[in-house]
Amino acid sequence: MTTTLSPDLPADQTATKLIPSRVNPIDMARTATVGMRTRRMRTALSALGIMIGIAAMVGVLGLSESSKSELLAQLDSLGTNLLTVQAGGGIGAGSGELPANAAEMISRIGPVEVTTTISAVEGANVYRTDYVPDGQTNGITVQAVDLSLVETLAGSVADGVWLNEATAGYPTTVLGSIAAERLGIHEVTGTQQVLIDDQWFTVTGVLNEFELSPNLDRAALVSLDAAATYLGDDNVPTSILVRVDPAQVDTVNAVLAPTANPQNPEEVEVERPTDALEAREAAGDALTALFLGLGAVALLVGGVGIANVMVISVLERRAEIGLRRALGATKKHVSLQFLGEALLLAGVGGVGGVALGVLATAVYARLRGWEAIIPPIAIAGGVGAALLIGAGAGLYPAIRAARLSPTDALRTS
Amino acid sequence: MTAPLNLNPHLNPHLNDRGGRSNGVGPVLAFDDVVKEYPSTPPVRALDGVSFAVDRGELLAIVGPSGSGKSTLLHIMGTLDRPTSGEVTVAGHQVSELSDADLSGLRARHIGFVFQQFHLLNGYTALDNVADGALYSGGTLSVRRELAHEALTRVGLSHRVGHEANKLSGGERQRVAVARAILGDPSIILADEPTGNLDSKSSDAIVELIQALNGAGATIVVITHNPDIAALFPRSVGIRDGRIDYDTRTAP
Repeated sequence: MTTTLSPDLPADQTATKLIPSRVNPIDMARTATVGMRTRRMRTALSALGIMIGIAAMVGVLGLSESSKSELLAQLDSLGTNLLTVQAGGGIGAGSGELPANAAEMISRIGPVEVTTTISAVEGANVYRTDYVPDGQTNGITVQAVDLSLVETLAGSVADGVWLNEATAGYPTTVLGSIAAERLGIHEVTGTQQVLIDDQWFTVTGVLNEFELSPNLDRAALVSLDAAATYLGDDNVPTSILVRVDPAQVDTVNAVLAPTANPQNPEEVEVERPTDALEAREAAGDALTALFLGLGAVALLVGGVGIANVMVISVLERRAEIGLRRALGATKKHVSLQFLGEALLLAGVGGVGGVALGVLATAVYARLRGWEAIIPPIAIAGGVGAALLIGAGAGLYPAIRAARLSPTDALRTS
Repeated sequence: MTAPLNLNPHLNPHLNDRGGRSNGVGPVLAFDDVVKEYPSTPPVRALDGVSFAVDRGELLAIVGPSGSGKSTLLHIMGTLDRPTSGEVTVAGHQVSELSDADLSGLRARHIGFVFQQFHLLNGYTALDNVADGALYSGGTLSVRRELAHEALTRVGLSHRVGHEANKLSGGERQRVAVARAILGDPSIILADEPTGNLDSKSSDAIVELIQALNGAGATIVVITHNPDIAALFPRSVGIRDGRIDYDTRTAP
């Protein structure tokens, strides 16, 4: 062991070997809290910057995840195997009607489970009384429909009863939700009547909103028989709803148009209403990305805030840095202290931000009646991103603090 | 008052490596033809061939007017700065042979500092401020607090242990700083104008404390501009224009 002795010492002098500075790890972490303890307001404000950024990101991720899961549940209950066949509109797109036997033809396709015919009653308007001027139609249409409509569209009755075999032959109608509201019918008494084309129809029911066919919400629905009998409707379908074997939706989709109208298949539009819901969600995704981007910007600004506070802190605490060097701190100890402080600021902001984001998601989801879902990656990512920002923000001030010469640091009073 | 402060190996073996009491013979501090120049045009020579030695158990004042080079001398004695040429030896270690990190280790274990501005952390108790004196020697907080309590008792502040530093009087603050410097029983204590910010009563008390600590075996160098303070100590080294002007000892 004699080789490890300082070579400058005479052999008879046994100087103890120099033990390097060393800090207990817990104490090292404790030094990172000095700034927090001595400058509380500033600490809180700089952590707040990070907190807002993280909360925004976690909240946005949580909300989009919650609404996505809500959509999946909705699609699940509505079924994605519904297709609508419509006469095409627009210039040169034909008569706006499907062939009279289109429903019959479609029902012959193997995987088709149900077909429901909808026939718009042209020119028919609905009035609450015969005193209402002709022009005040309230934008309510009259649609003659198959009795299977409510089941096919996964709709439901809000009050009263849906049309049935017994009432179908009589002048009875069931109102869509918006139509009922506009006609001022909130409860079905069984004695309310509405005037359709000079013929009184008894209102037997009011429906809830259709998720898959919002335009029917604005309609008074009558049976095909009643429409033919009392309104002189030709019962030619304007659209046909088709429920198909869920495994063969695409196959059926491809053949629906030529089946419905073999002469002019190009005049037939086939749609999948659930696609609209998914498209709406996709639009929501774009919005989510935008808000995530805003959250990231907030986070970055928060990081700059922390860097700023740390740089000022290093300038203000020169004397402390000098003292620590005099007490035996190495450059590494000093830089670790300031880096630790930046990490701590960001970490506090990150944890607070995640908590705030989770809270916001939970409250909003509750208000909307959704199940609140916070993706674990949002929580881990939120804290992780905060720490990453903190490390980035603290690096330069920490290096500056370490490079400060002890004599310069102590000279400032 | 004769027992060394921390030589209890059960408390912390790391704190037991004190050059002062266990490092054999030879001076605690030695300057050999030390020159310090600051780069400017023309270069400023703050120290111009200074040689002197401080033996174990000595109490001396380094006295000189401002600009005499005594601050530079303090920084080099405290290994906070390196000489341009010449050799400095602290507790048997040649400073020129040591890396920056080694010097930190040397300061952590062998050198205690007392500053004119106290340099205490506000918002922390006297106890924790003193406990920081051994922070970079690796002791756990509980051990360091135990030592700090002893040190505060030695400087007569056992009744101020839990007071925050910024709520103490100037004299008390300087006592806390002294307690921090003696924590870990360093080989040498460097006090830079320790009475510079104090009224005469507190100043006298600090000088008495320094004398008492020296009486208990501590090696102490006091840097001062005040010849009256210097006259209170058994040895005075006068500095002028970066050179040693005089080095006098009063008979014991």
